[in-house]
This record gives sequence, structure tokens and C-alpha cells, in this order.
Amino acid sequence: MSAESERAERLTELRQKFGRKPLAPGEETIPHSPREAQPKFRGLDSGHRACQGCGEALAARLVMESAGPDVMIANATGCLEVFTTPWPQSAWRVPWVHSLFENAAAVASGMEAAMKAQGKNTKVLAFGGDGGTYDIGFQALSGMLERYHNVLYVCYDNEAYMNTGIQRSSSTPHSATTTTSPAGKERMGKRHLKKDLLSIIAAHHIPYAASASVAFPADLQRKVRYAMGIDGPTFLVIHSPCPLGWKHASALTIQVARRAVECGLFPLVEIERGALTNVMPIRDVRPVTDYLSIQGRFSHLMDTEDTRAEEERAHLQALADYNIQVFSLQGDGEDPVDTGGSAAVGRSGHAARRA
Amino acid sequence: MLKALEGSQAIARAVALCRPDVVAAYPITPQTHIVENLSRLVADGEMHTEFVSVESEFSAASVVLGAAAAGSRAYTATASQGVLLMAEVLFNIAGMRIPLVMTVANRAVSAPLSIWNDHSDSMAVRDSGWIQLHAADNQEAVDTTIQAFRIAQETELPVMVCMDGFILTHTLEPIELPAQSAVDGWLPPYQFSRKLDPGDPKSLGTLVAPDFFAEVRHSHHAAMIKALDVIEEIDREWHAFTGRRCGGLLEVTGDPDAKIGILAMGSTFGTIETGMEHAGPDTGSARLLKLRAYRPFPAEALRKAAEGLDHLIVIDRAISPGMGGIVGTEVAAVLADVPGAPRIHNHALGLGGRDIPETIYADLMATISDPDAPAFSVFDADPEKLDPEDR
Repeated sequence: MSAESERAERLTELRQKFGRKPLAPGEETIPHSPREAQPKFRGLDSGHRACQGCGEALAARLVMESAGPDVMIANATGCLEVFTTPWPQSAWRVPWVHSLFENAAAVASGMEAAMKAQGKNTKVLAFGGDGGTYDIGFQALSGMLERYHNVLYVCYDNEAYMNTGIQRSSSTPHSATTTTSPAGKERMGKRHLKKDLLSIIAAHHIPYAASASVAFPADLQRKVRYAMGIDGPTFLVIHSPCPLGWKHASALTIQVARRAVECGLFPLVEIERGALTNVMPIRDVRPVTDYLSIQGRFSHLMDTEDTRAEEERAHLQALADYNIQVFSLQGDGEDPVDTGGSAAVGRSGHAARRA
Repeated sequence: MLKALEGSQAIARAVALCRPDVVAAYPITPQTHIVENLSRLVADGEMHTEFVSVESEFSAASVVLGAAAAGSRAYTATASQGVLLMAEVLFNIAGMRIPLVMTVANRAVSAPLSIWNDHSDSMAVRDSGWIQLHAADNQEAVDTTIQAFRIAQETELPVMVCMDGFILTHTLEPIELPAQSAVDGWLPPYQFSRKLDPGDPKSLGTLVAPDFFAEVRHSHHAAMIKALDVIEEIDREWHAFTGRRCGGLLEVTGDPDAKIGILAMGSTFGTIETGMEHAGPDTGSARLLKLRAYRPFPAEALRKAAEGLDHLIVIDRAISPGMGGIVGTEVAAVLADVPGAPRIHNHALGLGGRDIPETIYADLMATISDPDAPAFSVFDADPEKLDPEDR
């Protein structure tokens, strides 16, 4: 069998497995449009060692495409650092430095100070996971924001310490299981709420803080481009599913991320100088169980006999409802400028005003 | 021209002469006057640098790491708890072989809380892979600071300039500061061979598997050993340039024919020197060894300096509880295979700022003839102050 037909067969098999229509003959050979065929800048190249379906790898690739080549990165310890740079290999095509777990924001501060001293405009980015951002690197991040360094900090939020093998962080959602918040006779997974980091970041009154999701790449990239244009501290938290840690099939990464937004548990919002300026409306709000039921980390909540599970489901639904209410996420049915999530839409229904 | 300057003020001026692009620091006693003076120089437009007032020593070390990696000359200063909070970053800086200069205003480490001088802080990061140079007086601290920027650059290793907190940092002494034009001529602009540059992207600080890690450590050790010559050569050059030298790796003074030697680091050396001058004729004279380079350790120079000695008193300003003196243990190790090596008498002195009087010289010399003197002691501890079971 030729490599090509082997690939076609595998593709058909995968499409079937995940309930998609088989490809029409010749469909995969449809030529790209000129715009699609245009080579994109790839700051993070292929060949790295991320797991199949890694949300973080996809998010980082999207960020780098939009950030462009005139950047330098300070990367916290974590999966992203480990799977991209097993020496002597590196998947980065931009200057990149990894120092420690908790100091990406401080290292980036120093790089930015150096660029300022040298009179250069190279934008400094800092990358960290939720452990390196919500928890151990939190102080350095706050310092960086307060000192107003011209740095875009991107948090790839996969809601646990995945690099060490799935331990709970302050970003782990309530009642999710991890190896340090397992469900058992006495426990229903994590006992505490996911830290509302974005509000804390916003309280620094920085020019721009936003949340994004790998399920909405156009929105994500627009946010990166907007942050890149700001001369000051900006912050982006990207919801990035981890198939291994969240216990879902690798092919479901986008679907899981999309449902997190659609149920209201991970609202996509933009905050400028402390004020909410933009949200992505949800056209059809899903119940949180649509999101929970496709992930193994919430499987203990799906036990219909267990009243505790019912309570936790209700609790999570209340958290989602709260988000929908405070951020006015509920869309108003058909909306001529509603792009179905390909870009954020203003609260008043106007299309996002920035390209 | 000689100027009466406080040690910290002199250090700030010396740093300014080296034109760092980025300075990051967090206040801690007794380092504070250094960063206050630097801030003042920046505010008055006498120093053009990005001064980053960070939220912790951990970030101070991280900021200068990032700045130096991005191609800028960078400087920081700290002491005591600050050194310990930085510890993780200090190992990281050295492992990445990033040329940086840091002043440590040596201070004891808590608990119990003490803001006063000893060497526990820099000793705690002895194995971080930084070059550690000790200044015996403020002129040496100034000269060593300027030299340190050259050493860091030529060796691609970070350099820690250790000066005794309060004893040096807060003492006014007449100081000769070189002219800006002189330093500009002597110290080339900063360069770092692996700097972050979008035109030539490199990945720094990558994951290294067991198949390469040992080689990284081996080459780091080799670089430190090579740095011995660089430290010596740069001090020689400085001498030719300014007429002053700091003692290279290890300086020998006092009585060259003496059978008893005393080795000390930092300001204690001056106390011992003066103590010998003022001691009565019965006390006897000693050969004095000033250890300036503690890391890399100048084993050859020590062996040479100890030739002909019957006894060598090694003064420690820190203690490794359960073992004893740190410098003393290392000196003993270096001389262990030397035929006819002197007997080592190791004493910890002046811990937590306990005053070291000139009379310590006579007291130390007296131990040589005491057959019951222990091989190691906390020399100036007063057992009377302790409960009987703790004596």
C-alpha cells in the first residue's frame, strides 16, 4: 500500500471514529486559496514532542504565528519548555530562554529592560502554564505588571500541573480530579474554586488582559495581535485542553475547549485598564454536563445514583450561570454580525472593532 | 584623587563607571546603601541605566539574568536572606554561564535573626558555580568590582564580589576612583556569545538529558579552573593600569620566614595584619595569607604559600554545623597530599557580627603551643553564656 493511500485510509478511519462524514473523492486535494497558501511565520515549528492533541502546543503555535519573528521569549518550566527543547534540538525559530519555573515574568522584565537600554523594539513575550502563572510565578508576574514592562505574558491554562503528571493547581476547576485531588469516598475531586486570575490581573489596571481558547483560533490570534500593538504590560490566558490530564480522546481537544466556552465555564472576555470592554457571546448556551461528560476528570460527577455528584454538577452549573450573567455572555439569537465564535463580538452586538 | 567615601557609595560609583545597561535590586541590610546610591546616580542623570526596582531578590536575580542574556551589561547586589532567596536563580545563572556581576554585602543568615556580618550567605551558595572574590578593604572592593565586569565577560561566568557587611559597606575610607575615561578604555563594551537575538535565534536553558548533563558540569568546572589565570591576569593588568592590585588569587604578606601562618578572607585580614603590628614581642610573627579568590579555589597558590610552614591557622567567618570550618576543611584537603604540610588549626570567628579585636592575633598565636587546643572551634564563643548542657 502506498503511503498516500495508507494516509487516506487512516483519515477515513478517524473521521468515522469521531462521527464525521467520509471525504468525498478528491476532497482532500482541493487546492488552498491563495491566502491559505501564503506561508505563515512559524515561530514554533513542527517536530517537537508534545502529546497528540496537546492544546498548549496548538495555542503556542497560534500565538507565535500572530506575534511574528521580531520577538524574544522567556518560558517558564513546564510541558511547553520540555517538549520543545530537548537539547540539542529546539522547535523555536525565535530567541528563547528558559530559566526557572517561577521567574518567567521577571526574566522577561530583564529582557525588556535590556531592549529599552539598547533602543530596540523587539517585543518580549513570557510564556507559562497555569502552575507557573496562577501559583508559583504569581508574585513575579504581579511585579512585572506593576512595573509596567512592555511584555505580553501568555498563560497556557490546562488547569493542573501536567508536566509532573497531573497535580491540582489553583487553576484546577472545582471538583475536577487530579492525582493530588482524587475523588474517593470522602472527596469529590478538588475542593476549592478555580482562582479568578483574570480579575486579579485586571486589578493591576494594565492596558489589556484577555482570555482566549484554542477552539477559537481567529479570536485568539486577534487578541495576540492587539496585545502586540500595545506598549505596556498585556496578559492573555488561553484555555488549552490536555487530553492526558483531562482524560479525553486526543481528537476531541477542540470540541472540549469549545464546550467550555459554550457552557459559560470559560468565558472569553477582554479587559482594558480594569474595565470589561468585550466578550464573546454564546449563541446557544449548553448545560455544563455537555462539557463535563466528555472528560474523564469529571467522570465521578456523572454517577446518577450519587447525590454528591448531583450537588457538584449543580454547583458547576451555578458557576457557569454566574459567568453568563456577570459578563452578559448570552447572545440574542440570530445576529447579523455574530460570527459564531470566529471572532469576538462586542457586548452591544457590534462586531469587534479591531482587526 | 582620593575621596572619603562610604563603602557602599564607593561601590555604587564603581558600578556606575562600568556603565551597566540594567540594574535590578531589592533592599536588604547591609546592602541597602549600594542600591540607594545607585538610584540616586540614576535620578541625578549621572548614570544611564534601566533601574528595575523589583519585588524580591528572586526577581532581582531573574531580571539581571534576562537582561544579560538579551545582550546588556547587568548588575545586582544583595546580602544574607536575599542571597538565599536568590539561590535557585544563582545556580541557574551559573549553569547557563551568563556573565553577571553581583555584590554580596556579607551578612549572617537567620535564625536567629542577625543583620550583622559573617560569611554564611555567600558560603551557602558556594557550589552554585559563581566566581567568588573577597575584598579585604573598600579600595579592593572598588577595584575588584571593576575587575569583575572584565572577568565575567572574559570567562562567561558570573562573579560575586563579597565585601563584609557594615565593616566595609558602612565604613568611610579614602578611596581612589578611576576616571570614567580610564574605565571606558579598560573595560570593553559588554558582549555575550549566546545572546538572544531575533536575527540569530538561539534557545537558552534547554532540557538536558543524562547523556549530556555530565559534560555540562565538566566544562563548567574546567571553565572555573581556567578562570584562575584570568583573575590573576586581570589583577596584574589593573596593577599596570592603576598602580594598585588586590592580591590576585591569594596574597602573602607578613613574615616570610615564619613557621606559623594565618589565612583569612575579607576584612578580617586587615585586623590580623594590624594585630600583628601591634602585638608584643613575645607573641611572634606570622606569615599572613589573604585568600581573595574563594571560587575558583587557588589550590596551587595555596600549596606554594604554605611551603615551609609548621602551623596554619585558618579563620572561618561561617560554620558548617556538624563539620566545622568551611575554608579550613578545604585548606586541609588541598594540603593533605603535600609532604611536610603544616598542621591546620581551624577557628570560626566573628559569627553574626561578633567584634574581632586586634588582640585576636595574640589569642590565635597562643593556641599553637596549647596541646589541648581543638582542631576546630568557634573561637570567640563564651561557654559561660550557655546552659551547662550546651557548652
